[in-house]
Amino acid sequence: MIEVKHLSKSFGPHKAVDRIAFTVQKGEILGFLGPNGAGKSTTMRMITGFVPPSGGTAVIGGHDILREPVAAQKKIGYLPENAPVYPDMTVFAYLDFCAQIRGFSGSDRNRQVMETIERCFLSGVEHQTVSTLSKGFKQRVCFAQSILHDPEYLILDEPTDGLDPNQKHEVRLMIRKMSPEKAIILSTHILDEVEAVCSRAIIISKGAIVADDTPENLKARSPVHGAISVTLAATDADAFIACARSVPGIREVAVIERTSAALKARIFPETADPLAAEHLMTALSEKRFEVKSLFVEQGRLDEVFRAVTTS
Amino acid sequence: MKSEAILTHVSAIFKREIKAYFGSPVAYVFIAVFLLLIGFFTFNISNFFEMGQADLRAFFEWHPWLYLFLVPAAAMRLWAEELRMGTIELVLTFPITPGEVIIGKFLAAWVFIGIALALTFPMVITVMYLGDPDPGPIVTGYIGSFLMAGAFLGVGSMTSAITRSQVISFILAVVICLFFILAGFTPITEMLADWAPRWLTTVVSSLGFLSHFVSMQRGVLDLRDILYFCSVICFTLFANGIILQYKRA
Repeated sequence: MIEVKHLSKSFGPHKAVDRIAFTVQKGEILGFLGPNGAGKSTTMRMITGFVPPSGGTAVIGGHDILREPVAAQKKIGYLPENAPVYPDMTVFAYLDFCAQIRGFSGSDRNRQVMETIERCFLSGVEHQTVSTLSKGFKQRVCFAQSILHDPEYLILDEPTDGLDPNQKHEVRLMIRKMSPEKAIILSTHILDEVEAVCSRAIIISKGAIVADDTPENLKARSPVHGAISVTLAATDADAFIACARSVPGIREVAVIERTSAALKARIFPETADPLAAEHLMTALSEKRFEVKSLFVEQGRLDEVFRAVTTS
Repeated sequence: MKSEAILTHVSAIFKREIKAYFGSPVAYVFIAVFLLLIGFFTFNISNFFEMGQADLRAFFEWHPWLYLFLVPAAAMRLWAEELRMGTIELVLTFPITPGEVIIGKFLAAWVFIGIALALTFPMVITVMYLGDPDPGPIVTGYIGSFLMAGAFLGVGSMTSAITRSQVISFILAVVICLFFILAGFTPITEMLADWAPRWLTTVVSSLGFLSHFVSMQRGVLDLRDILYFCSVICFTLFANGIILQYKRA
């Protein structure tokens, strides 16, 4: 597991990371979210040993990054921000170099490199010079070097940045497939990625953790979580509000939109009662309201994100 | 076991860097320029043939001055490129120590310059054909030149780590190397001797490259001279490490 122990980093007077602490077990995919400049990349750089912390440390698989950096780094696969690659090398040569450094040799190394090239869908371009590749391919090459040695711990800084939707999908599938035996930390701006891939999410703002929970629980923090959104055919708003209010367990009714064709409203139950929607539906059909759609809101991560990072 | 790991790491970095040097046309231009200039200075400026001496003094005495500009040019890309490309983040998060990276890169650059130096061998053949030179000074001259090139390179590698700009790295390296050369340069030491106490003149001139190269040109491999160049190399590589550490912090 990865234990991050009160990591702090100050660049001169500016405190970029303020005593961040969390743990990631094998089998977890932790999403790192936060506004730009929040300290995500700096935290990752401290965990991987690139930036020395001003305070605290990280322990990866039992190895303290400050005391046994090489032992810890052996177990880590790291994809830095901006996916750095050597432009003058071919894809194969680059991955071969990375494999050499990691201690692979001979036919073993060749096999490992070829396998990784296939896994990352780089099969057509292995002899092409990296500088001639598109951003998406460069990203994949850098991702390939991070998984080349099948590390127990993966630290990925914006792994799908710059990829097209299909490539994003492929990379996410790959990450999910690898996750059972690994502990993975990935940082992203894309909130659906968090929902699609991560088992847990940490939101960082101004260098400190402001939320640490599963995506579902985070969404539940949204004020609209559990609310019922209805769209009715154009009808008398007051009659509707009265009807909705008569249903037991309803706290508030808010009309969102009123057009000549439809009436949209949001009904807030007192508690997140799964039966509230059913009761409401019954009440509405009894009064002969024409319901076009009705669903229970789960809450949106971007709303929670905004609320939590701008307070 | 541990030394095996160090060897693997250093050789991986070394191989990558050497391929990077020879993969670019700049390397061949560099070697060509080096050979042309050394030929020009030896034959035209030093009047090698007119002198009629069967030794390579006229050849070796130009090495420090050529290295002054050409070695920083070869060294400036060593770290500045990594800083600019962002690959430094990759290389320093691999399970290798920064020292191994520094040594690997330095050795690759040193071998590159060594190859350029070795390509001057036709000079030796010329002299051996035209006359009957004493082989001793030629051998020690080459050894000394190679060591001195290493010292220049150490400075160049160190300045390359200071900045992303290869140009600034080059200029800094030239200035520092110039200081090292001038410290032992006879007109300077004479000027110093006029007003400085004797011990100061000795210290300053022993800091310079020239005084340590001179005896090697004459055929003497003084341990002190070898130690001097090795110390400069070690010191500059150590400073290189400190600079890299400082940049990350």
